Amino acid sequence: MTSSALGKDLLGLEHLGAGQIRLILDTAEPFKEISLRAIKKVPTLRGSTIVNLFFEASTRTRISFEFAEKRLSADTVNVAVSGSSVSKGETLVDTARNLEAMKIDMVVIRHGASGAARFLAERIESNVINAGDGTHEHPTQGLLDLLTLRDRLGTLEGKRVCICGDVLHSRVARSNLWGLLKLGAEVAVCGPRSLLPNAIDEMGVTVFRRIEEAIEWADALNILRLQLERMQGGYIPSLREYNRVFGVTREKLDRAPRDLIIMHPGPMNRGVEIDSDVADGPHSVILEQVTNGVAVRMAVLYLLAGGNPELAEAAKG
Amino acid sequence: MPSSSSTVLNAQAVGRTLRRMADEIVELFDGTDGVILIGIQRRGVQLSNRIALLIEEREESKIPRGSLDITLYRDDLQTVGPRPVVGKTELPWSIDGKRVVIVDDVLYTGRTIRAALDELADFGRPARIALAVLVDRGGRELPIHADIVGKRLDASPKARVDVLVEELDGEDAVKLVGGDGA
Repeated sequence: MTSSALGKDLLGLEHLGAGQIRLILDTAEPFKEISLRAIKKVPTLRGSTIVNLFFEASTRTRISFEFAEKRLSADTVNVAVSGSSVSKGETLVDTARNLEAMKIDMVVIRHGASGAARFLAERIESNVINAGDGTHEHPTQGLLDLLTLRDRLGTLEGKRVCICGDVLHSRVARSNLWGLLKLGAEVAVCGPRSLLPNAIDEMGVTVFRRIEEAIEWADALNILRLQLERMQGGYIPSLREYNRVFGVTREKLDRAPRDLIIMHPGPMNRGVEIDSDVADGPHSVILEQVTNGVAVRMAVLYLLAGGNPELAEAAKG
Repeated sequence: MPSSSSTVLNAQAVGRTLRRMADEIVELFDGTDGVILIGIQRRGVQLSNRIALLIEEREESKIPRGSLDITLYRDDLQTVGPRPVVGKTELPWSIDGKRVVIVDDVLYTGRTIRAALDELADFGRPARIALAVLVDRGGRELPIHADIVGKRLDASPKARVDVLVEELDGEDAVKLVGGDGA
């Protein structure tokens, strides 16, 4: 089986070393240029077949992966749950084994259950990339956030990043936390007590109860999407209340002691966790994040692909 | 057996060779009109910069430069696997109708140049592509030849030819390491 600098799969950032994360970010840098060419395509993954297996709705991530795959010349197939045999009750492993029987090389999986990507990775030979599993991790989102921050700040070492909002249910938050801590950033979270994990301060993370404190402290805010169904769950009293206390507004930002970088993984609830004049304002790097997403995913695909040591030995001999 | 290392070109000889290569490029194109120098990452980039400066000095005209990283066009990803570091490709000029000189440090199997030709084709259609290399060590595996050669060597497949450049290595030199020696 193939094994690369990253191993067989990319399941999360928790188990990657700082060196491996830096390798992905460094590799992503030159990939940015490919998307600026007239012909946005290199032949690197020609002949590789990649299946995008999305059990949850996704626009940005699925399209970003698809662009990354196509710009590396891979052949791609998208499988969505509705209209597939999954809706007939087929199990995840059966679906994947059937795909594998058609000789594929990689699976990109998005699934509502935490651990689904690992479950799959342990049962099939293809490389598996986690495109978000439950509330566990969304590693490529974490990586593109790290790349965007590193581009802007030069380094992450000693920089202060506050993750704001529904940290408890957020796989984006978890991947960001691991990545930021490994690269030496100072990390804080800010949100209602009901939406922060217990004992998060034991990870060496500062906890702010007021967004004003976070704005005072941070070099960058990563503002998470407030999942609207949380209101029904009784986690927050009302959207208006949430916006008043935790929403990032122009007025609150104007009091920041330094230029803050504003990030959001999307999709945004304008007027809830972030106001429009902040999302579209001069400090927002939200669209840079989207651009960087394609480059980071190209880097991950490239680093996981190929590299059969036995063939390499044979070629040398 | 300990691997022997011998110097094929010292700093002075490298300088002399680059000057000759610069002259030969101007002769080949009968001037510098529409000439673009494109160095292959990594050491081809430094060499192409030097050659461009030498041409600019003598001809008093500006030579556009670019760099090409051919890693993503290699034919051995499935066998060897990803290279650790992918360098930057920078081609800020349109190459359509231009006279492109690819500059590399060592010409060996020809596979790098094959990849470079493929990559250039994705950027445009030059009127002509020429190849200039500091060292041609023989051992071609593809039907590719260089138009301008700094130094020809008949190196054994077991030997390694190292090109050192001041910008990256602190000195200019061409060394033959291992094999039958020289």
